[in-house]
Amino acid sequence: MDFQLPDYNLRLMLPEIFLFLWALVVITFDVVTKRKSESAAGYLSLLGLLITGGILSFTGYGRGFGTMFFSDPMALFFKVIFLGSAFMAIGSSFGITKQKIVNHRGEFFGLILFSTVGMMFLASSQELLSLYIGLELTTIPLFVLAGFFKDNKLSVEAAMKYFIIGAFSSALLIYGISFLYGLSGTTDILQMKINLAITHLTFKNIGVTLLLSIILVIAGIGFKLSLPPFHQWTPDVYEGSPTPIAAFLSVGSKAAGLVAFAKIFVNGLSAFYGPEMLPNDWGKLVATLAVLAMIIGNTVAIRQTNIKRMLAYSSIAQVGYIMIGMVAMNELGLSSVAFYAFAYMFANMGAFAVVAIFEDKTGLTQISSYAGLSKSSPLLAASMAVFLLSLAGIPPLAGFMAKYYVFAAAIKTAGSSASSSWLYWLVGVGMLTAVFSLYYYANVIKEMYFSKETSPYRVKFSAPALMVVCLGLIGVFLLGLYPEPIMRFASDISASFGFIPN
Amino acid sequence: MDAPVSLVFWILSFIIIVSAFMVVSLKNIFHCALFLILCLFSVAGIYLLLNAEFLAAAQVLIYVGAVSILMIFAIMLTSQLASKRISQTNENKLVAFFVCLMFGLSTLVLIANTHVWRYSAQALPEANVLTIGKYLMTDFMLPFEVVSVLLLAAMIGAIVLARKETS
Repeated sequence: MDFQLPDYNLRLMLPEIFLFLWALVVITFDVVTKRKSESAAGYLSLLGLLITGGILSFTGYGRGFGTMFFSDPMALFFKVIFLGSAFMAIGSSFGITKQKIVNHRGEFFGLILFSTVGMMFLASSQELLSLYIGLELTTIPLFVLAGFFKDNKLSVEAAMKYFIIGAFSSALLIYGISFLYGLSGTTDILQMKINLAITHLTFKNIGVTLLLSIILVIAGIGFKLSLPPFHQWTPDVYEGSPTPIAAFLSVGSKAAGLVAFAKIFVNGLSAFYGPEMLPNDWGKLVATLAVLAMIIGNTVAIRQTNIKRMLAYSSIAQVGYIMIGMVAMNELGLSSVAFYAFAYMFANMGAFAVVAIFEDKTGLTQISSYAGLSKSSPLLAASMAVFLLSLAGIPPLAGFMAKYYVFAAAIKTAGSSASSSWLYWLVGVGMLTAVFSLYYYANVIKEMYFSKETSPYRVKFSAPALMVVCLGLIGVFLLGLYPEPIMRFASDISASFGFIPN
Repeated sequence: MDAPVSLVFWILSFIIIVSAFMVVSLKNIFHCALFLILCLFSVAGIYLLLNAEFLAAAQVLIYVGAVSILMIFAIMLTSQLASKRISQTNENKLVAFFVCLMFGLSTLVLIANTHVWRYSAQALPEANVLTIGKYLMTDFMLPFEVVSVLLLAAMIGAIVLARKETS
């Protein structure tokens, strides 16, 4: 038997390898120093993420391990998002490692880094098996992180719920992937695209099993994205888990799901988009779920009294908007998705960081407890207001540009042919629900600014928390006022997926 | 398939379905675990019929040897769980049964109506263990290595969750 070893090209994998080793260093450091220092492990993890970001900027495009590891524009762009969300999550968790997590600080930060490594592998995989393993490496540390407050019933409940739902959704995903493998005979996404197209052209109809696998894969990834009807776990898990972990779940884990979705559907199944492909048309299926997400997320969020649950429903709604860009399927579509994810990272991580800072000081997560905060801690209230307005999509903040690009992508496709004019409806629902969303975001601002009483809590920033909030504010303003450079990077993604601007 | 092979197939399928039904319907959780072992063993038999001897060995080693035994240990170490009678159903059982039935039936119908599978239903070639080993060490080396990272992360997580806190 002859063996042919693939070309490793390990240079491309340096960020992942480094971050993995750094996670081990953080855990070992915490054990060796007998867990004495309150925040050294945290600063060490932040340093590791910065160095990984530095290495990432030197790794160019290319591929390693045969076709197993792709370093393409999408991988690089989303790796920045993963590193950024891990950075902001760790930066805002210094409060809880001081007060609540006394015995396992190193493991807490190490597991966040492990999860980030998983996301980075996922973003670089061009093959269903390694994509699945990357997704597992992303979620398994998160199960543990969600239940890190072992003596808190809500946290344990969150971990159990997330674990059971996560395991179930992984099973659905791998079942769907097995059908894709059976139909195409390969797990390589590019080869799968070709094989499925050949089968479709030869037999005129590939059959409804493809629909089954499409539904199963959408369900599997939909759980990670909390796309309705697979969203019920989201508010409970966000409410129970430590606030920085809820933030990491809502940004990092979701961005990982978006990458997996883009790789399987926008790339692998791009031939099965459009009404002529019925019943295997995934476009309208995903669009329906996006409409559900925008309606359910934005209406149920209005009734929430707990700010973490409100942000959970808001994140469900945001996924709906991102999915509009996903089904647009033109040269602006994927770029707008990437831009949206980037803008969403700053705003959502920032909002969660403020919630975490407030919770560390007061132990409260009720929206009513924010009453009069602008008088006692004006800086905290102002930054929270900016983050929420960005999530709502108010110009000149990042959220507005993100929504603008997503809607523009959909309108461009809708205008291109009569058969895709249904995308106008999608944009219409998006704009209408964006108006709804202003109500519950503004409700928090109303509590903070227009309440007669003065808040009894005077909240001070710790150094890392201040850094996270400042990073979020800079990102939100910069992307809102000057989005072109990021958008130029993002448009490379569409080009690498074969969407050439005409 | 020739007659003896197909006879074995039907017997194994019957055992799988009956034992799987027992797993989800019996009230004694210890008996459930035993039926689960029977079910997983029979699935290994099906793999053998398809010439997938590596898969069959892995199935017996991992599912029967490790997972099920661990489950039995967990049941026996949990006080009085082994003799307790636990109802496995709640008020949603009819809805759940209907959903599962529809999903199972539609899956079966869809698979049976598709004729464009890349691989036919023939048995695997001989010596597929060699092929699997070769792929694990060449083309699929990266996911194979990443799995070890995954196991490490899972192990650290399990230790964190299981360890008794000292304040």
